Amino acid sequence: MSDIKNIHNNYSAKLNNNLSLEEINQIKTELFGKNGLISSQFKNIGSIPETDRKKFASDLNQIKDELQNLITNKISEIETKKINEKLEKEKVDVTLPERSFVRGKIHPVSQTIDEISSIFSEIGFSVEEGPDIENEYNNFTALNTPDNHPARDMHDTFYLNENKEILLRTHTSPVQIRTMLKDKPPFKIIAPGRTYRSDSDQTHAPMFHQVEGLHIDKDINMGHLKGCLNYFIKEFFEVEKIKMRFRPSHFPFTEPSAEVDIGYEIKDGKIIIGEGDQWLEILGCGMVHPNVLKNVKVDPSKYQGYAFGIGIDRLAMLKYGINDLRAFFDCDYRWLNHFGFDPLDVPTNYRGLSR
Amino acid sequence: MKITFDWLKDHLDTKLKEDKLLEQLTNVGLEVESVVNLSSGLDLFKVAKILKTEKHPNADRLKVCDVDVGEKEIKKVVCGAPNAREGLITIYAPPGAVVPKSKVKLVVAKIRDVTSCGMLCSESELNLSDESDGITELSSKKYEKSIGKSYFSKSDSNLIDLSITPNRPDCLGVRGIARDLAASGFGKLKNLKEKKIKSKSKQIVKVKINKDKNQACSSFGSCLITNVKNTESPKWLKDKLVSIGQKPISAIVDVTNYVMLDINRPLHVYDADKIEKGIVVRNSKFGEEFTALDNKSYKLDDGMCVISDGKGVLGLGGIIGGTRSGTEFDTKNILLESAYFKPRSIRSTSKKLNLDTDAKFRFERGIDPLSIEDGLNKAALLIKDICGGEISKIDIQRIETSKIKTIKFDTNLFEKITGFKISTKEMFKILEDLGFKIKKESKYLKLTIPTWRPDISQEIDIVEELVRVTGYDKIKIIDPIKERTKSTLTQSQKLFHFLQRAIASKGYLEAITWSFTDTNYNDHFKDKNKEIKIVNPISSDLGVLRNSIFSNLIMYMNKNLDRGFKDLSIFEIGPIFTGSNPGEQNTVVCGLSAGKKSRLSWIEKERNIDVFDAKRDVVQTLVEAGFNSDKFFIDSETPNYYHPSKSGRLFLNKGKDQIVAYFGEIHPNIIKSIDMKTESLVGFEIFLDNLKLPKKTLKDQKAKFEVSDYQKSERDFAFIVNKEIKAQDLINAVSSVDQKLISNIKVFDVYEGENIPKNQKSIAISVTIQSSEKTLNDNDLENINNSIIKTVENKTGAKIRS
Repeated sequence: MSDIKNIHNNYSAKLNNNLSLEEINQIKTELFGKNGLISSQFKNIGSIPETDRKKFASDLNQIKDELQNLITNKISEIETKKINEKLEKEKVDVTLPERSFVRGKIHPVSQTIDEISSIFSEIGFSVEEGPDIENEYNNFTALNTPDNHPARDMHDTFYLNENKEILLRTHTSPVQIRTMLKDKPPFKIIAPGRTYRSDSDQTHAPMFHQVEGLHIDKDINMGHLKGCLNYFIKEFFEVEKIKMRFRPSHFPFTEPSAEVDIGYEIKDGKIIIGEGDQWLEILGCGMVHPNVLKNVKVDPSKYQGYAFGIGIDRLAMLKYGINDLRAFFDCDYRWLNHFGFDPLDVPTNYRGLSR
Repeated sequence: MKITFDWLKDHLDTKLKEDKLLEQLTNVGLEVESVVNLSSGLDLFKVAKILKTEKHPNADRLKVCDVDVGEKEIKKVVCGAPNAREGLITIYAPPGAVVPKSKVKLVVAKIRDVTSCGMLCSESELNLSDESDGITELSSKKYEKSIGKSYFSKSDSNLIDLSITPNRPDCLGVRGIARDLAASGFGKLKNLKEKKIKSKSKQIVKVKINKDKNQACSSFGSCLITNVKNTESPKWLKDKLVSIGQKPISAIVDVTNYVMLDINRPLHVYDADKIEKGIVVRNSKFGEEFTALDNKSYKLDDGMCVISDGKGVLGLGGIIGGTRSGTEFDTKNILLESAYFKPRSIRSTSKKLNLDTDAKFRFERGIDPLSIEDGLNKAALLIKDICGGEISKIDIQRIETSKIKTIKFDTNLFEKITGFKISTKEMFKILEDLGFKIKKESKYLKLTIPTWRPDISQEIDIVEELVRVTGYDKIKIIDPIKERTKSTLTQSQKLFHFLQRAIASKGYLEAITWSFTDTNYNDHFKDKNKEIKIVNPISSDLGVLRNSIFSNLIMYMNKNLDRGFKDLSIFEIGPIFTGSNPGEQNTVVCGLSAGKKSRLSWIEKERNIDVFDAKRDVVQTLVEAGFNSDKFFIDSETPNYYHPSKSGRLFLNKGKDQIVAYFGEIHPNIIKSIDMKTESLVGFEIFLDNLKLPKKTLKDQKAKFEVSDYQKSERDFAFIVNKEIKAQDLINAVSSVDQKLISNIKVFDVYEGENIPKNQKSIAISVTIQSSEKTLNDNDLENINNSIIKTVENKTGAKIRS
């Protein structure tokens, strides 16, 4: 009995010393090796008198467990210490730059188109498209702008053939024609896209973007037009208060026609949309002219509705404070980076159009 | 169209103020473009008399003048005009005045060491005429007593510039604008009792309108005024013209301009003595020539409407007169023309000759055909008042009578279109004020359209008149219903947006460039496409539609490299053109990257960007878009603008598909020829129209989740193959062995050189083998192993490397 106690005391003391891993392993062998002190004691259990045997076995097991625990702890202590020493040596300067990354951007015009689509999607418009090259009929004649009509002067047109039958569309309105020829009413579409006019200065680019809107049904009137645009402008500029003015104008393909101004003011050199007493023209619209409906085989006595055309680049400029239209198409890396949007910033209704 | 409130008041009785006027003009659709005060500061310009002139001590051409400006002090003014002389009465501008033409503000200045206090002005400097040879000469009779007084009469009226839409020719005259304002409740239109010519003498110049094919002139009114003395216009007339920024020329010209501006009635004046044997209005013959009042000679086509006499063309009807019969200050007898020309003809002639005049602008929009007599009466009497002479009777030749148009208007249409109501009484008032004659018939209003409104021909035009005059602010807002019955985007539109953002998310900045490009750049990239020229390009370097997006991207890439950037990626998604007909265009995503990866990095190895970067961006994007990369087929046939051996093209499926993408390095010759400085330039093009949309929607793709938890094994093989054998062939051979068991194949090494025979290479692949049914035992694996080796060797002629 005292033997195992001695072993216990003896080795507990030993294990309390500062030991190397080798020394601990040595102790481990001394105790638990094949002929180790503890192992030998286990072999002895059989020779212990019946009456004491149970107690002896229980004590021996307890001592074994204790010593084993001591050894395990000691080993893990040493290992932890070792790892810590190693990690200490591995220390890096985390202020060094990370591995390089590149960040792409979405062009503000594309972002604006997505915003516009998202807003109109909510009130049931779907997106239509048409070709950039158009024939003279779709671009003008079908839109109630016959040959030799002075309204054609408002569109400086790029032509692709000498007899001026093929051209680059001067507005997105020919998509109205294509859509109505292709399907049956009702129509409720928007058509964003590239448009072209042979005009180039600080505020005009030979290529720009428009979005066309068209809503034709049995009883769509000017009140619906006003409501639709009022909703769009509020949503787009993400402001509570917006001053909007409809004033009479003229487009050959709509009648009555209107131009829409929004209120603004200049604060600290920046344009603020919504309040103020200055007016800024942002779009043209009107009730689709009965002649246009006749041209696309829609009966104007049964169907009526509105159309509008908005300059996308201009909307983007106003919303995002961009001064120079030409810069949109200049592809300056710095400009694209500055005004571009993260590709993950997809405009959605539930999340809001912009961050 | 430029007007002043004062001029408007000739036609309009109103007590309202100018700010209300501006608002009301815009409200009825006559958009105010700008408002300028022309006369502000003009009161500083004084009538003055030169008392003495001396030669400038230091300059031969200059004089020093003592000028009486009506003040005690005599001003010393340096002047270079040859006509500056003692006793001349002229116009003096003091320091502080702003010269109307140059907008320069005068200061006291030393001119060659002599102090000049102000300036003596030429007519040109004051915008009074083009006369710039000397200073203004005022008649001493008239102005002797005005020395020291302001030359310009004081006017509080601002110059209001209106943008008149092409449908409203009537508003190209002040009276038309006044009529619109009156209809909208802004004052009352004055009933002008115009005087008529009372004459017994006949108009003796014979006028004939030929009944030619498509004769553009339907009626030609004229009257002869004999023994006139053309002179400077009286002050009221000059002031009127100056008030809207026009230069007075001579009484006769000024009167015709005044009548045109006042009631939109263009007139033309001939020197009657220069007309040979009467006037014939006829179609021109091809090759006829004449010199117009703009001093240019025009060669005419067949069928243009000309006013001619025995000698030939006098002028182009309704567009421009000729020099041969022009009036001068010494003209004695004049023939006044007031005619009607058809808009279409005017427009086509002026387009062909590239001629734009005020008369043309008005006639092509449509002149009131019944204003012929009014114009002649008004102008002839004014000319007689100012220039004296005798007026003949009016002669009017007509080959067509203008039809009076009527419309039946259903008053219910108003509410149907505008969404709000106005009473029939209001309708009557508005329409009558606008000049309509109304007869009420059971269900309709029968409306007679005023002859000055060529734009009105159907019911909807009447709705527009009514709502415009009532005010668009009366239209009630009907809020839109938030409801969607059809999906917003089509599948291909969704793909467009997806690819756009997928490419951007790989580090590319999105650019938007012109759809047209420089033919020199386009030539590099047009491949087999034909060049599509723009007939009237904005500039020669934007002369063709792009056959590829690369032309613009490379040009702009180069500009950015010049700005000092080295490693850039840009892309554009948009149209390229394959022909000049509608629809001959494809949508392409085109990306371009220059420079290096990890330039000057402390941690990563620097390397040139290469074809496999471009390939990754293409493949990853397509995979993200839902296409199965296991089926992709790639070969190396690419257009000539790619590096011939470092580029590839991609199909979604072998043998069955159109080309979906190209990727690779840009041909070094192109980089050289555009003088681009970069270590590397790679690009790609993905053709959206060739991408067959995945049949399965996202919802379908996610239907079933199947994975195997049985043990997988990885086996490595190294094959020695001929150099021409492609990795793709090897991979296909391996995967053909057992598509169920072979779940992944990865190339981890390609090696040529030592220990490998010439013209051969070693490709090492790692194959993952896994069953979805059981754990494979050694025997199974061994079988697959052997069959992989056998198949690859058979199909590609490879040898397993031992």
